[in-house]
Amino acid sequence: MKSTKSRLFSSDARLSDLITAHPSLLALLTRLDISLGFGDRSIADVCEASGVDTDFFLLICNVYTFNNYVPSTAAILGTDMTGLVSYLEKSHRYYVDKRLPHIESHLDAIAQNLGGRIGQVFISFFKEYKHEVETHFKHEEHDVFPHIRALMAGERDVTYSIGEFIDTHSDIEGKLDDLLNIVFKYLPPQVDDDNVLDVVYDILRLREDLKKHTFIEEKIMVPLVQHLEHAILL
Amino acid sequence: MKLRLLIVEPSELIIEGIKSFLEGQIRFKVLEPEMNTDHLAERLVAARPDIVLINPTLIDSVSHLRGEQPMAMVALVYQYVEREALKNYDAVVDIRDSRATIIETLAQASPGETDSAKHNYELTKRETAVLVQLAQGKTNKEIADALNVSVHTVISHRKNITHKTGIKSVAGLTVYAMLNNLLDESTLI
Repeated sequence: MKSTKSRLFSSDARLSDLITAHPSLLALLTRLDISLGFGDRSIADVCEASGVDTDFFLLICNVYTFNNYVPSTAAILGTDMTGLVSYLEKSHRYYVDKRLPHIESHLDAIAQNLGGRIGQVFISFFKEYKHEVETHFKHEEHDVFPHIRALMAGERDVTYSIGEFIDTHSDIEGKLDDLLNIVFKYLPPQVDDDNVLDVVYDILRLREDLKKHTFIEEKIMVPLVQHLEHAILL
Repeated sequence: MKLRLLIVEPSELIIEGIKSFLEGQIRFKVLEPEMNTDHLAERLVAARPDIVLINPTLIDSVSHLRGEQPMAMVALVYQYVEREALKNYDAVVDIRDSRATIIETLAQASPGETDSAKHNYELTKRETAVLVQLAQGKTNKEIADALNVSVHTVISHRKNITHKTGIKSVAGLTVYAMLNNLLDESTLI
């Protein structure tokens, strides 16, 4: 009998079929330590060869693909979540080292095009946002992730509690909506170059990705850590 | 979109008269009339009329009937009625009015026709003034003092600005203000 958690995608399907049906999952592969060139192998085979837990891989893919899918606590606890922190860290690096600089280079070109004080204000809006995102991630990498690693290693770590995370975690995709509106509605028509369209697609994609990232932190990471904290304090 | 008109009137003669006036008027869709107010509240929810043409002698007040959905309450009067009794209505139709006047009054009263702000995404002068001050880094309180309005009013202007532009953050609104040449560069912080 198949477990609930693999009901949406099953591990014996070809990974290539999964990607063909949901191309946006391509962006997840490197963050999940899976390289391209997997040929016609099944999801289970590719995961095993890459040292990734298949159930964990499917859990993340299912969350990314199905908007209404919230894994139950039982499903989360029944899955090997060892790879979660590493996945979240790699996602942070992907956003900070790849996506944001990519978007920034397009916005830089637009700012040049706008010129003068307007160009400066425009680009500094984005730089401020980028700084906020980096600070947000740094906090998680500095306080939250080591806490989870310690708990997973069976250490009794009481220096931090996930309750603090729940109280302070804020969304980081909201300002992207502002940026999106500015870029496609309010830039003067003379800035009508390819950069605008490119960057709109990039922002839309990043916004969706960040939404799912926040979702994974709040609906998967938090219940998991609450359970670990509870178990270890008993 | 046709304007959905609900007539609430005890006289069959008057109902038929109004209906015949509106015959051939493609702007209106006349709903099955109500002859009393017994089930009016439920009917309004179910039928979602744009305009309710109602005989004010049937009901003490119409203000409690207005729900979430915008609808125009139009009084249908046979003779002189105290101004006070009509103050909660959006318009008044007198059965002695001409056919053209009655049609025009109903069309004008509909929420879609009068509430032009709903589809107007241009910022008003007041909203623009609030936006400029926001972009200059002023707080709600400072803006309220400068424009001589309450903080509550400033907040509702801000909500409207965000609703219209889709931009929430002050930093984003500053970029918007600059792109629209609303800021004198020297006033920027």
